[in-house]
Amino acid sequence: MKLWKYLLRRILYVIPTLIGLSILIFTLSRVLPGDPARMAAGPNAPDWVVEQIRVQLRLDKPLWEQYIYWWVDLFHGDLGYSIVSQRSVTADVIEYLPISLQLILMAAFFEIIGALVLGVIAGRHSYKLPDNIVRMIAYLGVSVPSFVWGILFLLVFSSLIPLFPSHGMYSPGTIPPPRITGMPALDALLSGNFDTFFDILWHMFLPALALSLGAMAQDARIIRAGMIDNKEKEHVALVRGYGIPERLIFSKYILKPSLIPAITVMGMDIASLLGNAFMVELIFQWPGFSRYGINAMLNKDINAIVAVVLVIGVVFAIANIIVDVMAVYLDPRIGRRSQ
Amino acid sequence: MKFMANLDKYGWLKGLELGKKWYKFRRSPLSIIGLIVTLSAIIMAIFAPWVAPYPEHAGFYTDFANANKSPSWEHWFGTDEYGRDVLSRTIFGFRYSLMMAAVVLLLVVPPGVILGLIAGYYRERWIGKLIMRIADIFIAVPPLVLALAICSLTTPSVFNAMMAVSLMWWPWYTRLMYNITSSLKEEYFVYAAKVTGASSLYIMFREIFPNTLGPLLTKITLDVGWVILLGASLSFVGLGAQPPTPDLGTMVADGAKFLPEYWWISIFPALAISYIILGANLLGDGIKDAFEG
Repeated sequence: MKLWKYLLRRILYVIPTLIGLSILIFTLSRVLPGDPARMAAGPNAPDWVVEQIRVQLRLDKPLWEQYIYWWVDLFHGDLGYSIVSQRSVTADVIEYLPISLQLILMAAFFEIIGALVLGVIAGRHSYKLPDNIVRMIAYLGVSVPSFVWGILFLLVFSSLIPLFPSHGMYSPGTIPPPRITGMPALDALLSGNFDTFFDILWHMFLPALALSLGAMAQDARIIRAGMIDNKEKEHVALVRGYGIPERLIFSKYILKPSLIPAITVMGMDIASLLGNAFMVELIFQWPGFSRYGINAMLNKDINAIVAVVLVIGVVFAIANIIVDVMAVYLDPRIGRRSQ
Repeated sequence: MKFMANLDKYGWLKGLELGKKWYKFRRSPLSIIGLIVTLSAIIMAIFAPWVAPYPEHAGFYTDFANANKSPSWEHWFGTDEYGRDVLSRTIFGFRYSLMMAAVVLLLVVPPGVILGLIAGYYRERWIGKLIMRIADIFIAVPPLVLALAICSLTTPSVFNAMMAVSLMWWPWYTRLMYNITSSLKEEYFVYAAKVTGASSLYIMFREIFPNTLGPLLTKITLDVGWVILLGASLSFVGLGAQPPTPDLGTMVADGAKFLPEYWWISIFPALAISYIILGANLLGDGIKDAFEG
């Protein structure tokens, strides 16, 4: 099957799911007990202020009407008024989302490099000491929650051994780079502020590492299992018999097919990165979208909560489609199977 | 023995060949470690009032004279900002973590499994498609994000956290059962049952279901760790259990305010969460290997 056809089908399939998600979270945000207008006004505000906010949020209208208005606004590029930031949620998404994506991309980078190194070491020396060490690391990575890593890193690498900053994105006194893409690290690079670029990377190191370890461990285990499996395959013995250099056998016949299962589970990794970012950004006071989301949630800012869930849903869907297309590109059988 | 035979009226347990599985399970030292870790956590949770050195410190309790004491012989894990024994609170914390896992899985597995069986069996019909499309909606967002959002829309509490996690956890079971059922329904034993005039319900629950017990059991054990992680994350953010509940996630978050000076307040509960999840993962992998290998 053609790759673009597969891509199109995936996109068409995901649209109704996302619409369903919008109905689900929108309904929940309006139906569940609790009074967002009262929360926004504060416990001592007079009733007419609460009523005013209720009208402003359209909470006085029936549910279906609110939902239709929500769509009308969405087509105008407006996700609703945020109680916390006192402006349109769209502006918040544009400001904070790239800052989180930058962190997640760095975590994904760590994850891929770490998983490859650990997985290959374990796979090459299977059932020997390196393999056992990697296996212990992998179990720790999978079992220790990212926020526990975050707190441990904070204690060890920031307080005991002051190697890294404990919070924020810039050192005090740093001038933020001009906004080009919205990702400060990339903007700093594009505008030639290398000091700022390295400053951001330095601030990003611990949170990205804490975020990546769980997914890294999972992938390392899958790559290891794949390599051990592929080493025993008959075609590997055959090419070895032909006298193909061991390095080529390793990269082409053992490593490459072992990466495909790792790629197919990367969708799950993205889920864990997007979810765990909420705790990690909180610990390291990273000024990103997840921390904005937590703020919105703690203040019952319904428009922002709906937007946070949906934006993450869209990011997750796009990332999953990219991963799936990559997997089909590497192994066309996957595309045929899913038909 | 009569009781066991009655319990196993349909031969499901016998079909699992548990003796053989146990033999395989206990040969792996990691699996045994997992079993011991998990059992120790369960025992500590059940007997918390007797195991904990200061059981009265679990709830509202203040002793400012002893606040923020570092680990010592009297307080192995030190004391927190109210002078409460961190070890005692951690032991009580196991209760909330394990209760979370037990309640969520009890609520989630039956409906998830039944929906998955129906969806897999009627894969071509609208009912099967509808169920799977609805399940897809709940899976369209990372579980933690949806659970956080739902918790935030209600009043944060242990109970609401359990409900929120349950609400978005069932689709994983539906999906698992759907995959197994839709491949098993093409097997000859299902055709044979159909030929003899068995009803669809009979085929689903008595022919297909017993064959899914292995993967199902594996998934349930592995999920114990995930649910505990999710519950701890919710309360860490402040959208789950509320103080003074001795919940591990809440304790980590409260103690994090006192890092690095009073590190023991958050680090020990954090390690306790990792301990219990590690145990559940090792146990789950052991069961998986026993059933698959």
